[in-house]
Amino acid sequence: MEEGELFGFLGPNGAGKTTTVRCISTLTNVTSGEIYVNGVNVVKEQTKAKKFMGVIQQTISLDKDLTIRENMVSHAMYHGMGKAERNARIKDLSDYFGLEEYLDKPVDSLSGGWKKRAAIVCAMLHQPKVLFLDEPTSGLDINARRLLWDVVKRLNQSGTTIVLTTHYIEEAEALCDRVGIIDHGKIIALDKPSVLIEQTGRTAVEYMEDGKTVYNYFHSMDEAQKFVSAGGHEDATVRKTNLEDVFVELTGKSVGDQR
Amino acid sequence: MSEYKRNTGFFHQVYHVAWSDLMFLKHNLLNTIIMTIMGPLLYLIAFGYGLRSGETDIGVSYVAFVIPGIMALTSLSGSFSSTSTRINVQRLYYKSFDEMMLCPLSNAAIVLGKSMLGLVRGLMGCFLMYAIGLVLAPDLELTPLAVICVIISCMVFSMLGMLAALIAKSHQSMSTFNSLIILPMTFLCGTFFEVDSLEPIFQGILYCLPLTHSSLCIRAACLPDFYTDFPWISLAVLVVFGVVIFALSHYMLKVRKI
Repeated sequence: MEEGELFGFLGPNGAGKTTTVRCISTLTNVTSGEIYVNGVNVVKEQTKAKKFMGVIQQTISLDKDLTIRENMVSHAMYHGMGKAERNARIKDLSDYFGLEEYLDKPVDSLSGGWKKRAAIVCAMLHQPKVLFLDEPTSGLDINARRLLWDVVKRLNQSGTTIVLTTHYIEEAEALCDRVGIIDHGKIIALDKPSVLIEQTGRTAVEYMEDGKTVYNYFHSMDEAQKFVSAGGHEDATVRKTNLEDVFVELTGKSVGDQR
Repeated sequence: MSEYKRNTGFFHQVYHVAWSDLMFLKHNLLNTIIMTIMGPLLYLIAFGYGLRSGETDIGVSYVAFVIPGIMALTSLSGSFSSTSTRINVQRLYYKSFDEMMLCPLSNAAIVLGKSMLGLVRGLMGCFLMYAIGLVLAPDLELTPLAVICVIISCMVFSMLGMLAALIAKSHQSMSTFNSLIILPMTFLCGTFFEVDSLEPIFQGILYCLPLTHSSLCIRAACLPDFYTDFPWISLAVLVVFGVVIFALSHYMLKVRKI
């Protein structure tokens, strides 16, 4: 992963996305190999690495016995931030994320989207260079999801390197500079979404055969049209290939399929 | 980078870890005080007045004898339950324990910081019990040694609560630990009677448990006129229990077996 990029990590359920993020963020001990973030060996220098990493976990991990502000203060204190610094950062980020009116409310009085934003503020307080977002929009409605996309783009534009794991292929396609597709714990494809689509074939033909939907990919519209005419697939749909097609072609399963 | 200085010294870290739990205590102060004192008060009424009265073999009233035992018991129940319940909820349900583990904190600071809630609640319970004891049993004395014994006892049991919560796989396994370890200790470890009055085999078992030593120390320190020899060995054993429990909790965090 390159400095300053927005990297997407895709894979079916159980492929190892969350485990990878947990290993990088030191929540799970690695059994072999080494991990470097920003030039620091995460396995050997955990405390040093944690100073410039921020992690937003899949489940909202705020302390529900505290208010939103207390959660933020607590998080800032874990990073050793003094009162002046943490108050300034909480104000800046709350304004930025539109959270100021919710600061003194209990966590459970907020909707999922606002809780997620509060969790992002907590993870951003110490000004991490690298931010890991593990399924950040899972469980959110489409409005909350799009709001969060804007937030992620803005953070990336401000210079934060972002690593995003997601089930939503359109999310990865819309946001990420590059994506890595993981299956059975191994990266099976790694490039820009446009390059992966090009490699698969930029035109997709979708038709029914024996009660099943069949997909074929071609490098040009002409090739696709010829295939449709020659095969007699009059009911076929010819469309642009998307990242989901690439994903299914490579892993043999839809996003969200269980192992 | 930020122009502000970060406070990352060890004792700062301990305070920073404890801060959120102390806020939790502040939000629930009245509730906590009632919960902390209700159990010990019932024990005092039931055991101190209901089941037995008069003087013990050493010449002190049974109420004066039993109050230090109930203080020891309170240090166990208050400290253990508040630390274990809070960590159990943070770790298994809120997942906010993971958030803390993602931050640059030393494992030793986490063990001590997360034990502060139990320490404070245990101390509150013990000293409320002592305040009641002052009215009911004038023989009791609040010596510096008694304060030290109560603090050590609360800290040991609070760290035990942390260890239990780190080991527990579910809320149910915490309840099992409570039923198998904590509840028997509460009644048997010299809180309501002298351990030496039991058969040697039972004495041997009870001396392996930390609450027995806590009861001996707190009672001897609160009744110095009746216990001329302070059980220094028991105090040392209690400290050793604390060191071992601290080391085990530290190990659990280090190997991420949580």
